[in-house]
Amino acid sequence: MQELVFSIADVTAVVPEIIVGVSACLLLMVDLFVKEERKEIVGWLAILAIIFAGVGTVCLASVEARTVMAGMYVVDLYSALFKMTLYIGAIFTILLSLNYMKSEGVEYRGEYYALILFALTGMMCISSGADLLTIYLGIELMALPIYVLVGYIKKSPTSNEAAMKYVILGAFSSGILLYGVSLIYGYTGTTNLAGIAAGITASGTDSPVLTFGVLLLTVGLCFKVAGFPFHMWAPDAYEGAPTSITAFMAVGAKAAAFAGAVRIFMAALEPAFADWQAILIIVAVGSMFYGNITAITQTNIKRMLAYSSIGHAGYALLGLIAGTADGAASIIFYMFVYTFMNLGAFGVIILLRKCTGKGDMIDDYRGLAKNNRLVAVVMLIIMFSLAGIPPTAGFMGKFYIFMALIDQGMITLAVVSIVSTAIAAFFYIRIVLLMYMKEPEGEFDLVKSYSVYYVLAICIMAVIVLGVYPGAFMHLAKAAAIIM
Amino acid sequence: MSPENINFLTIVTFLPLLGAIVLLFFKDVRKIRWIALAVTVADFVISIPVLTSFDITTHHMQFVEKYTWIPTLNINYYMGVDGISALMVFLTTLIGWVCVLVSWKAIEVKVKEFMISILVMQMAMIGVFCALDFVLFYLFWEAMLIPMYLIIGVWGGKRRIYSAVKFFLYTLAGSILLLIGIIAIYYAGGKTFEIPLLMEQHYSFTFQAYCFVAFFIAFAIKVPMFPFHTWLPDAHVDAPTAGSIILAGILLKMGTYGLIRFSMPMFPDATIYFATPIIILSIVAILYGAFLALAQTDMKKLIAYSSVSHMGFVTLGLFLLNKHGIEGGVLQMFNHGITTSALFACVGIIYERTHTRDLRQYGWAAKHVPIYAVFLFIFSMASLGFPGTNGFIGEIKILFGAYDVHYAYVIFLIIGIVFGAAYVLKMYENVAFGSNLKPAPEGSGTFEDYMSHIKDINPREFLILGVFTVFVVWIGLKPTLFLDIMGASVDHLITQVNAADLTSIAAR
Repeated sequence: MQELVFSIADVTAVVPEIIVGVSACLLLMVDLFVKEERKEIVGWLAILAIIFAGVGTVCLASVEARTVMAGMYVVDLYSALFKMTLYIGAIFTILLSLNYMKSEGVEYRGEYYALILFALTGMMCISSGADLLTIYLGIELMALPIYVLVGYIKKSPTSNEAAMKYVILGAFSSGILLYGVSLIYGYTGTTNLAGIAAGITASGTDSPVLTFGVLLLTVGLCFKVAGFPFHMWAPDAYEGAPTSITAFMAVGAKAAAFAGAVRIFMAALEPAFADWQAILIIVAVGSMFYGNITAITQTNIKRMLAYSSIGHAGYALLGLIAGTADGAASIIFYMFVYTFMNLGAFGVIILLRKCTGKGDMIDDYRGLAKNNRLVAVVMLIIMFSLAGIPPTAGFMGKFYIFMALIDQGMITLAVVSIVSTAIAAFFYIRIVLLMYMKEPEGEFDLVKSYSVYYVLAICIMAVIVLGVYPGAFMHLAKAAAIIM
Repeated sequence: MSPENINFLTIVTFLPLLGAIVLLFFKDVRKIRWIALAVTVADFVISIPVLTSFDITTHHMQFVEKYTWIPTLNINYYMGVDGISALMVFLTTLIGWVCVLVSWKAIEVKVKEFMISILVMQMAMIGVFCALDFVLFYLFWEAMLIPMYLIIGVWGGKRRIYSAVKFFLYTLAGSILLLIGIIAIYYAGGKTFEIPLLMEQHYSFTFQAYCFVAFFIAFAIKVPMFPFHTWLPDAHVDAPTAGSIILAGILLKMGTYGLIRFSMPMFPDATIYFATPIIILSIVAILYGAFLALAQTDMKKLIAYSSVSHMGFVTLGLFLLNKHGIEGGVLQMFNHGITTSALFACVGIIYERTHTRDLRQYGWAAKHVPIYAVFLFIFSMASLGFPGTNGFIGEIKILFGAYDVHYAYVIFLIIGIVFGAAYVLKMYENVAFGSNLKPAPEGSGTFEDYMSHIKDINPREFLILGVFTVFVVWIGLKPTLFLDIMGASVDHLITQVNAADLTSIAAR
C-alpha cells in the first residue's frame, strides 16, 4: 500500500468534486435562511455550483490524463466526458424539479437540491475512480442520497415503498460488489485497477477465486445498471419516485454506473475478458428481451420507461462485450445521447402532471397532439429516438454500438439485439399512436414552466443535432476511450 | 451556372425539408396548401436538369457531391445519380406536387401536419435515390418510416391504426436486417461505406449469400414480393389518396431500386445463384396478385393487389439478368409509378364524390362523368399493357428478356397479362358501365339519378390526370428518352453481374 501524500496537484485535480461537495454542504446552510415559498433559489444556486464544476472539468480535461492521490483517482478525457454527461443530467433534473416539487407539495425542498449535489459528487468519484475502493465509495455516496430522494414524497405510500425496496436491494448489491472486490483483492493483492490487470496477467486466469470474484463484481455492477436478471428494483423505484428523481436515476445513476463498469472491465479485468464477456452476453441479451417485451404490457409510462431503461442497459452492455476502444467509445456516446432522450421524456411527463394523477398513465397521452402540438412533437421525436429510428441521436448511438460489435465478428449477437430493437419500437410508437391517432377524452391542462420548456428545447436540439451530426462528439468519445 | 458546380442534388433533396420548416410558421390553411404546392413544383422544376443535363454516354455517377461527415466511422455525405436513380428522382419530384394537389380538398384536418409529412417524405425519398454512402442511404431509408406512419395513421381510413402499425413494424423488421448487412459489408469491403467502392470488391460466396439474403428480405418487404406482401393491401386501403400514391408510386420502387443498386452489383455470385428462385417467386407474385385482384370488390384493394402483380413483373425482369429484362424492369418501375398513381388518384376522385369504394355500387360513370371515364380508361389500358401505352413497352421488353432465358417463363407471364386484363376490365366495366347495380342509397331515387348528381372532374383534377396521361402516351409511343438515360447504367450493371465467379457458384 502506498502512503497517501497530498500535494497541490492532487487537490487541483479534484477541484470540480470539491466545488460540488462543498456547495452541497453550503446549500444545507443557505437553505435555513430561504423562505419556504422561495426555495427555488437553492435550486438555482445548485445549478450555479454545477456550472462552476463544469468549467473546472473542462479546464482539467485540456491537460493530459494523470493519476492523482497515490493512484486512487484519475483525471482524463474519459472521466471528463462522463462528468459532462452527469452535469447535464443533474442540471436538467434540477430544472425539471423547480416547479414540480412545489406542485407536489413536498416539504424540505432546500435539502432536496443539496442531496442531488451529494449524489452528483458520488457519481463524479465513480467516473474518475482508478481504484476499486474509490469506485465503491463513489457508488455508495451516489446511492445513499438517491435512496432518500426516491422516498422524498413523504405522504405517498408508493414513494415510500419504492425507497424501501431500493434501499434493501441496493444494500444487497453493494454487499455482493464488495465481496467481489475482496476476492479480487485476495487474488491480486491490490485494489488498484492497473495493479489488478498486472496481477491477473502475472498469476493467470485459471483460478476459481478470480472467476468467482469477477462473477460477483459483474453481478454487483449489473445491479447498479439495472441489467436483467438484477433489475427487479428498477420498475418499482422508477414508478414510486418523484418523476424528476426517476429521470435522475435513469440518466445520472445509470451513466455513472456505466462509467465505473467500463473502467473496471476494460482497465482492470481486461486479462479475464473471456470470464466476464460470457456473463455480460447473458445479461445483455436478457435485458434487451426482458426489458423490451415487458415494457409492451405496461400501463404506467414511468414503469414503461423503467423497462425500456433495462433494455437500453442491455444495448450499452454490448459495447463492453465488444471489448474494444470503439466499444467503450460507443458506450460513452450512448450514455450522452440517452441522457437527453430520457430527460426529454420525463420532462414531458412532468408537463402533463398538473391535474392530479395525470401524466403517469400511458392512456393519459390519448389525443395530446390535438391541442398541444408542440409538446406532442417533442414527445414524438423523443419516442422515435428511444426506438432508434434515424435521423435521431438514438439511432446513431445504437449504430455505433453495432459497428463495434460487428467489428469483433459478433454478428449473431448483433442480429439478436436488432430483433429486440424491432420489439421495442412497438411500445414507443404506441405513445405516438395515442397522441396523434386517438381523440382526447378531456381537456389537457399542462404545466406552464419555463425551466421545463428550456430542458425540452435543449433535449430536442441535442437529439436532432447528435443524430444528424454526431461526428464531433464521437471523435471525443473515441479519443477518450483510446487514452483509457 | 451548370448543375455540375453547384450542390445540385442537395438542393433538390433538401428543398422540401426547407419548405416543411417554413410551413411551421403558417397557420392559414389556404396559404399552407399554396406554399406546399409552390415548394413541390419548384423542386420538380429544379430536378428537370437531372434528366436534361444527364450525360447518357456513361454509367458513372453524375452530379456527385462528397463531404466528410462523421470521420470517426468513416461516413461521408456522398450524393450522386446514375441513369436509373435519375429517373427515380424525376418520378419522385413529379409525384410530389401531384400528391399536394390530390390532397387539396381531401385533407381537411391537420392540413399543416399533413403537408409537412408529405414534404419530409419527399426529402427522404429523393435522398434514398441520391445517396452513395450506405449510412446516408440508410438514414433516408428509415426517415421515410416516420412521416409515412403518420400519414396512414392520422389521415387514413377505418382501420388506419392497425394498418399504420403493421406497415411500421413490417418495414422496420426488414430494414434492421439491412442495417446488419450494411455494417457487415463495411468490414468485408475494406472499411468504407462508399457504395461505388463497395461494388468494386469481390466477396466470398458465403458472405455474398448471407448478405444477399439479408438485403433481399429488406427490399422484398418494400417491393413487396410474395410472401412479404401482406402489409401492402392494408396500408393502401387505409392510407389517404396521397399516401397511396406515394406508396405505390415511390415507396415500392425503393425495394427494386435497392436490388438494382446494391444486391445485384455487390453480390453477383449470389445474384446468379438466387436468380431462378426469385424469378419463381416473382411469377407466383404475378399470378397470385392477379388472382386476388380479380376477387376484390373494393376498388382500392383491387389496385393494391394489382401492384403486387405488377411489381412481380419488375423483379422478374431484373433477375432475368439480360439487357431487355433489366431495361424492361426499370422502365416498368417508372411506368408503375405513373399508372398506379394515376389509378389511385382516380379512386380518390370518385371516392370524394360517392364516399364508397365498393365496385358494386358504382356505375354510369361513362354517361354522367365522361371525362373522368376517359381518363380512367386510359390508365386502365396502361395498366393492362395495351399497345400505345407505357405498360406495353415495359411488358414487351420483359417478355423478350424472359424468352431469352427460358420459354416457360413467357407462358406464365402471358397468363399473368391475361388475368391482368381481366381484373382491369372488370374494374372499368363496374365503374363506367355498372352492369351489376345494387339498389341506390336511400332517398336518392334510382341509382342512375344518384350517379347523375355527381360532378365531373374539376380543372385541378384534370391537371393531375392530364400530367399522368402525358407520360402514359409519351413512354408508350417514344420510350427512347427514358431507355437512353438508363441504357449505359443498365449495361454497366450487366457487366458487374457477369463479373460473377461462376466456378464458385457451380461448386455449390
